[in-house]
Amino acid sequence: MSENIVSITDMQFYRGEREIYKDISLSVERGKITAIMGPSGIGKTTLLKLIGGQLTPNRGSIIFQGDDVHKVSRNRLYEMRRKMSMLFQSGALFTNMSVFDNVAYPLREHTKLDESIIETLVKLKLEAVGLRGAAQLLPNELSGGMARRAALARAIALDPELIMYDEPFAGQDPISMGVLVKLIKALNKALDLTSIVVTHDVKEVLGIADYAYIMANKTIIGAGTPEQIKNSDSPLVQQFLRGDADGPVPFHFPASPVEADLVGDSA
Amino acid sequence: MTTRKTETLVGLFVALAIAATMLLALRVVNQGMAGNSETFTVKARFDNIGGLKPRSSVKVGGVVVGRVERIYLHKTDLVPIVELQISTEYANTFPDTSSLSILTSGLLGEQFIGLLPGFIFPEDLARIEEDKVCETTSLNNCPYLTEGEEVFDTKSALILEDLIGQILFKQGSE
Amino acid sequence: MNFLVNYFSGLGKSTLNRVNGVGAASIMLYGALFAFPQWKNIRLTISQIYIVGVQSLLIVMVSGLFIGMVMALQGYTILVNYGAEGSLGPMVALSILRELGPVVTALLFAGRAGSALTAEIGLMKATEQLSSLEMMAIDPLRRVVSPRFWAGIISLPMLTLIFSAIGILGGHLVGVDWLGVDAGSYWSIMQATVEWDKDVVNGIIKSAVFALVIVWIALYKGYSCIPTSEGISQATTQTVVYSSLAILGLDFILTALMFGI
Repeated sequence: MSENIVSITDMQFYRGEREIYKDISLSVERGKITAIMGPSGIGKTTLLKLIGGQLTPNRGSIIFQGDDVHKVSRNRLYEMRRKMSMLFQSGALFTNMSVFDNVAYPLREHTKLDESIIETLVKLKLEAVGLRGAAQLLPNELSGGMARRAALARAIALDPELIMYDEPFAGQDPISMGVLVKLIKALNKALDLTSIVVTHDVKEVLGIADYAYIMANKTIIGAGTPEQIKNSDSPLVQQFLRGDADGPVPFHFPASPVEADLVGDSA
Repeated sequence: MTTRKTETLVGLFVALAIAATMLLALRVVNQGMAGNSETFTVKARFDNIGGLKPRSSVKVGGVVVGRVERIYLHKTDLVPIVELQISTEYANTFPDTSSLSILTSGLLGEQFIGLLPGFIFPEDLARIEEDKVCETTSLNNCPYLTEGEEVFDTKSALILEDLIGQILFKQGSE
Repeated sequence: MNFLVNYFSGLGKSTLNRVNGVGAASIMLYGALFAFPQWKNIRLTISQIYIVGVQSLLIVMVSGLFIGMVMALQGYTILVNYGAEGSLGPMVALSILRELGPVVTALLFAGRAGSALTAEIGLMKATEQLSSLEMMAIDPLRRVVSPRFWAGIISLPMLTLIFSAIGILGGHLVGVDWLGVDAGSYWSIMQATVEWDKDVVNGIIKSAVFALVIVWIALYKGYSCIPTSEGISQATTQTVVYSSLAILGLDFILTALMFGI
């Protein structure tokens, strides 16, 4: 069963005047962990927001479970969003509520369950991320890694089918990183989820991903299983994997020649 | 428990606002003629209304009994007509021989209409009792001020300039 | 020539941006106003009334007291020259009910609650809380913006009433208790002059209009701010400046409509 839960075809997106994506196509297989890697600042978060329907592409289509995210009605989009979930880079916990209430929030909003059932569910979710003991803390009392795990518990509260991780490893110490890697893998298996992990931490994500895309220069430069990626002969991919400072992906932001800029074009 | 505290404080806030409204309604606001009480209209023509304005009060011996509703110029006679609204509390109270004068409260105060009640002959009083002329539909024979009636006995506003002019004229002629 | 073209295209662009902004703000207003009748939102609104209303109470009450006291002091020194200190009551009451109450309370509210609303919404945006609500299939207009909106519209007229009442009591404190104006004439001449629908109700209408404008500006500025620290601070400043200007400008228009000829 290798059905695609998300498929993007020939999608083009501009932010203001700047082109972010030039005709990219990719697909995410149900039940798998798909990694999307690329250098910072190429709009990987934007891609997730496009899938979530928060941004609209200028051209092309994004299909989620057979429906075009940007062609359906608002109500339908909201229904679709209940099946997807997103873990934001900052966690995006509601700062005025305890961890418990944060995790309970989507349940209280979208279900009419009894408070006692909600309590059980929340405790189960928190147990899954190892934070049951921290239920009554406020988000500002948590460390960065714990906040992200709490947010993960909230993201899985409604048992989504797709979960999108936005830079889950950024700014984490090695231990928290290990915990998160393990959690993503475990949750994907235990809850029968589909995961999209957007990151630039190549080593960690290639360890757990079933399939990976590498993006640079507004487009996809490599795709395949982790093995295929590692053995790729594309210089772009190799530069990204090795972390070379300069190469096909230029070190410099596009600019006029430095001589002209420094000397001035008095001529 | 924070919600409980919040709700209590919001409740207190609402109570405070209601208390403030009550204070304004009961102690600050003019209750006698709040504007929504029942009134009847009486007309009067003046030669000169001076600084009288709509909403100026109508007083009897200092008691507010009504307000000026509208001031306009008579189309052909070219004199100001003043429409007064008198509280129905005072219906069948003022004889139609009452006089109206435009007065000023204090030296610099605003102008108002002073109503000086006229009188009714005792035999008329008896007739009112007998014939019940004030309880029929046509009130023509009723000797009291009633809806739509015109007051003829009016005294215009005192115009300071005219007064000074008269004094100067008098002195000049002496 | 080129300069001219640039100038006009710049002008056109900024006009379009502004029109866009007004459109977006109107959509937000619509969404917030009509998202109200839900039990959950009423509870959220009550907790927001606590934040924007109850927490503004102290500053409003203290300001009301002092403004009433100052009005009485200033009024007395002028009126006593004409032997008209008996008119102190209506002077204090009318100026507070018609003008100072609605305007000063609205200005305080814009500074105290409006700026806080902008900063809060801006920070929620910057920390992706709004995005995350959207991704949870929860409309942030309904759950975040609308309760704050209604809380503001409900709170400000109440604050204005409290301000006016306390201001008049403050006038009594200075005029009657300190300067020796007759208490009877303070209240009775006030009662003879002040009218419920003309003075009190018009003041409430004014403050409701101000509330709408303040909360609208505050929430829109927060919602549309650039999600960085400079963006939020700029949006907060703009909220206070724009609301204050809007209050003063609208006050003139409303006064002309209500009390003008």
